[in-house]
Amino acid sequence: MNQTQKYKTVITSEHKLFDLHLKETLQYRDLIFLFVKRDFTTKYKQTVLGPLWALIQPLLTTVVFTIVFGNLANLTTADVEGDYVVPGFLFYMIGNVCWSYFSSTLNSTSSTFLSNRGIMGKVYYPRLVSPIATAFSRLITFGIQFALFLAVWAFFLIRGGTSIRLSPMPLLLPLLLLQMMVLSVGCGTIISAATTKYRDLSMLVDFGLQLWQYACPIAYGLQLVPARWTGLYMLNPVTPIITTFRYAVFGFGYFDLGYYLISWGVSIAVFVTGLVLFSRIERTFMDTI
Amino acid sequence: MEESMLKIDGVSKTYRLGQIGGTTLREELQRRRAKRRGLEDPTRKIGARSHADGEVFTALDNVSLEVKKGERVGLIGHNGAGKSTLLKLITRITAPSAGRIYLNGRVASMLEVGTGFHGELTGRENIYMNGAILGMTKKEIDAKIEDIIDFSEVRQFIDTPVKRYSSGMYVKLAFSVAAHLNSEIMIMDEVLAVGDMAFQNKCIEKMVDVSKAEGRTVLYVSHNMSTIRQLCKRVVVLSHGKVVYDGDVEEGIGVYSGMNLSGDWKIDYQRHPELRWSCGQVVRIRSVEFVNQSYFQVASSKIRMRIRWQSERHVDNVCLRVEVKKPDRTIIGTACGFGINAREDELGEEATFVLDSSGLVPGGYTSNYILFTTDSLGSNTTLDCVRGLDFELVGSDSGFIWNPVNWGHIRFPDLVLE
Repeated sequence: MNQTQKYKTVITSEHKLFDLHLKETLQYRDLIFLFVKRDFTTKYKQTVLGPLWALIQPLLTTVVFTIVFGNLANLTTADVEGDYVVPGFLFYMIGNVCWSYFSSTLNSTSSTFLSNRGIMGKVYYPRLVSPIATAFSRLITFGIQFALFLAVWAFFLIRGGTSIRLSPMPLLLPLLLLQMMVLSVGCGTIISAATTKYRDLSMLVDFGLQLWQYACPIAYGLQLVPARWTGLYMLNPVTPIITTFRYAVFGFGYFDLGYYLISWGVSIAVFVTGLVLFSRIERTFMDTI
Repeated sequence: MEESMLKIDGVSKTYRLGQIGGTTLREELQRRRAKRRGLEDPTRKIGARSHADGEVFTALDNVSLEVKKGERVGLIGHNGAGKSTLLKLITRITAPSAGRIYLNGRVASMLEVGTGFHGELTGRENIYMNGAILGMTKKEIDAKIEDIIDFSEVRQFIDTPVKRYSSGMYVKLAFSVAAHLNSEIMIMDEVLAVGDMAFQNKCIEKMVDVSKAEGRTVLYVSHNMSTIRQLCKRVVVLSHGKVVYDGDVEEGIGVYSGMNLSGDWKIDYQRHPELRWSCGQVVRIRSVEFVNQSYFQVASSKIRMRIRWQSERHVDNVCLRVEVKKPDRTIIGTACGFGINAREDELGEEATFVLDSSGLVPGGYTSNYILFTTDSLGSNTTLDCVRGLDFELVGSDSGFIWNPVNWGHIRFPDLVLE
């Protein structure tokens, strides 16, 4: 037997904990790009309004939020007491745009194995390509919705309903986006790994996300949360993202470096856990799914 | 020494028997609680066979194989022999339970028609998509796209969504992508069955071509022996997860065909009702056996068979039909016997027939026995039909080797020089 020959790939029964195929995934970046393109182009096929749906959705939700939480329930939209208050419409809209990116990414990455089992059962590619592509294709939708928000904001500025305040905080925006991505993909991959065995979790995702939304300051300002609960409330990793995002956009609001760093810590921990679980499950999930 | 492209070293794959997956958390907790208290598993179906921990099904059992550069290897075996499992391991769809697989290069696999095709995308978009899934970069596909479209013969429809394609067009396009891929190892699993004859031949020629010209290694799984013969230079026969033969194509196909023969020289249909079709209301065949023969290999050209039957009432002019088939169940020819009068008899009756097989060339055969009656207008009514004895005709030395692939299974009497 020719033992001296070098082989490029070795498939073994053993698995190292941190063997995440990251380098290989990077080699498949063309596939990530094509998946993103496919997701986006096929999503609105055979719809009359097409990508306009990406705009209608946040607008309608924001209108409902403005009526229900703003006018009927009259909840505060201030994050910090005595601070300048933005019009409710803008407040709800930015919160919804962020949340819908987070929740839709989490939701669809959580069903990675289930919805791709047809193709994954027939051909190999680094499985991580799928959730990554999902995160990016949702980012396009986010971009469209954020542009819509900017347009609405500009409309309010011209009409004189609000003012603009300059600060270095907008520089944080890319970091915040990255964090949303990391956290949602992390949660999604953990759930996707678990759903190969326990389908219950896929039931929980929709429902859980609905509840989670109310645990985040989207329909109300941080001011509504009693001071003694703030510490606990801020441990929800999404909360600092949302408040900081609002601060970064509007130029005022709530920002606490401590909580923000904790939120990053949680995000990274979730992400790494997700990747490890994912790469563990991906090897044999076809046998159990 | 030629470069080795694929080395499979002691690979096994086991599956846990019984119900796996599809379980809910609640069931899992119930099971754990029951186990702790030493109770019976409450989630198990009543009457289902319990599978103790550690009871496993071995799909592949310590398989070792080495394939060199440019080889075209056919993988054959009956259903459940482990062919597809082996391909799944090589293509990394699932991981082995033990052992190692060494690959020297990229693997392009086509385990099913149009893997990764998306119905809403056009043919052209799907070429990029499929190429990328199989591991090509956009640049590589750009360089090959014209060749791919030409080969696929669907240029006219290349900008139409593939959901409007026929299945033949689908497989043509899919094969073209895989065939033009810059991969060192090509794996095909019965995909050609969908294309028409002309395209099948074109694909096989293409595969032979790429393996000769570019030194690519081809691994092909099929139940279609004629494509195996056309394409492969070596076959590996798998049976129950083990390699039982590795080598020459014709010999391997012989081994595989032989596995389908039962080796019985007597069949009692009361003990094997599964070999009987759903007729046999009036006259039933009870058993068949070879006479003066205790093994299913027959050397003489006169095959004597004894048939026992039992009749409910008197039937005149019962005929017997012996249909001789190849192990893959393609029919070769039929012999008829006439003039049986079936009488009502508790004990049954028997008769011995002689099948003249002098035209038949050596090889393994299988047969069906059918009892029927004909009326004055010549139409047949089947009384009973059973799967008959398998036999292997042992060749007498005829001076040269008969080639059944090209010459057929019947040898007519030699030509007479006038």
